[in-house]
Amino acid sequence: MWHRHKSRRSSEPLETADGVVPLSALGTGEHAVVVELSAGHGLLARMASLGFTPGAPVSVIQNFGRGPLIALVRDTRIALGRGEAGRIMVRRNSR
Amino acid sequence: MTVGPVQAVEQAIRNGSELAQSSVVVALAGRPNVGKSTLFNLLTGLNQHVGNWPGKTVERKAGYFTFDDRTYELVDLPGTYSLTANSAEEVVAREYIIRDQPDVVIAMVDAATLERSLYLVAELVTLPAPVVVGLNMIDVARQEGMEIEPDVLSAALGVPVVPMVAAKGEGVRELLVVIDDVVNGRVPYSPKPPQIRADHQAVLKDILELIGGSVPAPYPEDWVALKLLEGDQEITKLMKRSVAEDIWEHVYAILRDHDDALVAVAGGRYEWIGRMVRAAVTRPKAGQIGLTERLDRWATHPFWGVLILAGILGLAFWLTYTVGTPLQDLLDAYVVTGLANLVGAWMAGTPAWLSGLVVEGIIGGVGAVITFLPILVIFFAVMGILEDVGYMARAAYVMDGFMHLMGLHGKSFLPLFLGFGCSVPAILGARVIDSKRARLLTIFLAPLIPCTARMAVIAFLAPAFFGSSAMLVSWGLVLLVLAVIAIAGVLLNKLMFHGERAAFIMELPLYHVPNWRTIGLLMWQRSLSFLQKAGTLILVVSVVVWALSRLPGGELGSSYLAAVGHWLEPVGRYMGLDWRLIVALLASFIAKENSIATLGVIFGTGGGGLAETLAATYSTATGLAFLVTQMLFIPCVATVAAIRQETGSWRWTLFNLAFLLALSLVAGAAVFWLAQIVGL
Repeated sequence: MWHRHKSRRSSEPLETADGVVPLSALGTGEHAVVVELSAGHGLLARMASLGFTPGAPVSVIQNFGRGPLIALVRDTRIALGRGEAGRIMVRRNSR
Repeated sequence: MTVGPVQAVEQAIRNGSELAQSSVVVALAGRPNVGKSTLFNLLTGLNQHVGNWPGKTVERKAGYFTFDDRTYELVDLPGTYSLTANSAEEVVAREYIIRDQPDVVIAMVDAATLERSLYLVAELVTLPAPVVVGLNMIDVARQEGMEIEPDVLSAALGVPVVPMVAAKGEGVRELLVVIDDVVNGRVPYSPKPPQIRADHQAVLKDILELIGGSVPAPYPEDWVALKLLEGDQEITKLMKRSVAEDIWEHVYAILRDHDDALVAVAGGRYEWIGRMVRAAVTRPKAGQIGLTERLDRWATHPFWGVLILAGILGLAFWLTYTVGTPLQDLLDAYVVTGLANLVGAWMAGTPAWLSGLVVEGIIGGVGAVITFLPILVIFFAVMGILEDVGYMARAAYVMDGFMHLMGLHGKSFLPLFLGFGCSVPAILGARVIDSKRARLLTIFLAPLIPCTARMAVIAFLAPAFFGSSAMLVSWGLVLLVLAVIAIAGVLLNKLMFHGERAAFIMELPLYHVPNWRTIGLLMWQRSLSFLQKAGTLILVVSVVVWALSRLPGGELGSSYLAAVGHWLEPVGRYMGLDWRLIVALLASFIAKENSIATLGVIFGTGGGGLAETLAATYSTATGLAFLVTQMLFIPCVATVAAIRQETGSWRWTLFNLAFLLALSLVAGAAVFWLAQIVGL
């Protein structure tokens, strides 16, 4: 579902070879590490202060494939819209 | 029993009764849901005043208490996660600390979510006022298997740390002793603030050198440099004014090349937090499934979550009708009518206009608003409990998708829903929305939600006009209004905010047992401060509308209000309304249900037979058009006062009213025209 985001530029690859995907592409229970944030200044500041900084481990607690999702970052549950989650690029942990 | 220790602390801390000349000023900072209000209420009790921060619509709470014969002023800063310029709350908090320089800042921290809570501390320790950390909810942390060493944390931070359980009064006395020690310089204070991430340290140094010497007075230089790198708009504006133009060009060039520095600053703070946590937490949270996780499996589920929300809201409305409405009737019958009779008898000797003014104008008008107090209080209580327990964020989460349809996000749902009870708590409830844009839009739409008073008018008139299909028509009206709200929401969002939806990203706090004291005080303050602020406006409008309806002759039929009604008849004709229905609409400005009482007076029917008389007088098309118009018409004066209070702007309030007026007239005319075509 996540490839529908308007925010994503078409020139960007959907998934790079090293497994970097938007947070919204992770399924429930998947773990990853934040790689990069791409958002305007205001949203970027909020994301960073809520703990989404490069290197931070995240896991997805709930993602039904549509609507908002819940992520766990730095010991806290954060609810975020699908659009917002699409702006947080993460690298899946290899299992 | 948890009461014991609280009382013991209360006995030691007398709630200061008056402003002492040489009081110590203590500011209370912390993120939301950290127990800040609990500590504030414990220390100041009922001796607190609620107002607004100058020039802002952010609530300002301050109070006094005495401890060890010293008087303290406690200023409750708005609950914030950080101190950026992204919200009015955060600006208020940091400006207060920098400009007013309190003697001590208490930083409340939730031990169970230490990592998250320390972010604000990382910002606070860079400001000029000394910080004392209140490590709250240490009991919850222990329950979750976490072990924290306050002394180690204190050594790592370079700041005193006091473990506490504010809800039980534990650690409060110790906190006050430490504050006293800090104020009197008995403990060394040498905070170890976080550093920016290594890759940006050189840039920070460059900026610091450039702006050195030209930072205006109370602002610390290194803090300003950091905020510039963070891209902080307020500080950028400030420095652009303060620094020589050629130097600013240099600074600006550096900032432009490092517009991602904000992530490095935040990253640096989290690295610092990581060191603190690794040092002080000797045993991390056990991997067990906590209460929050178990509850959230249901509460945030797309299906069950909505069902639970519906149940909770159903309960709130059941409470309103089984407790609120009877109380409302009791208030009306005994307090308002009783007072009116008493004063009427007492003023029997005075001129008729004077007793009329007092009994009908003031007591009648203000009384109509006062009788809504029970419903208001019930809704404040519901909001307070849901917020305090931590459920509010879940409600926002499950309703987010639905609210998108209106150009809003989940946080607007609960305030808007409360509008079905009364518009006032809906508008005051919009405070939970952190984005100003979404808050304004929610306030704008809230008066459109049909409140109980508007529904009462429909319940009275619909059966007379539509007989057995009254229920169907009532539901149709509500659906029509909801559709109007959705369309208005999307359009306003497009026109005023260029379709940009406020970002939806928020913490889902851990659930905890509600603190009744906090909720009780919140209800008390909200109700009281609303009555205080709205009181004058309600009084003035009541008297004016009464005077218009009585002067010059004493009869409504020949009054100025009737004259206005006659004068507006050419407009009313589009909606099939004659002067009497227009007067009824105008009179509903005091309280929505007044339109029925006014029609009763005009038709001289009193209570009985009015509905039948109306049905005989007017066509069904007129009846329908009147109902539609009154559903969308400008709200009652109490709601207007609430809009003014929450937006802080008369211009915005008047714009809102003009919009509602235009909407109601257009919709009324459209419905009248359609109904005539159909042949009603």
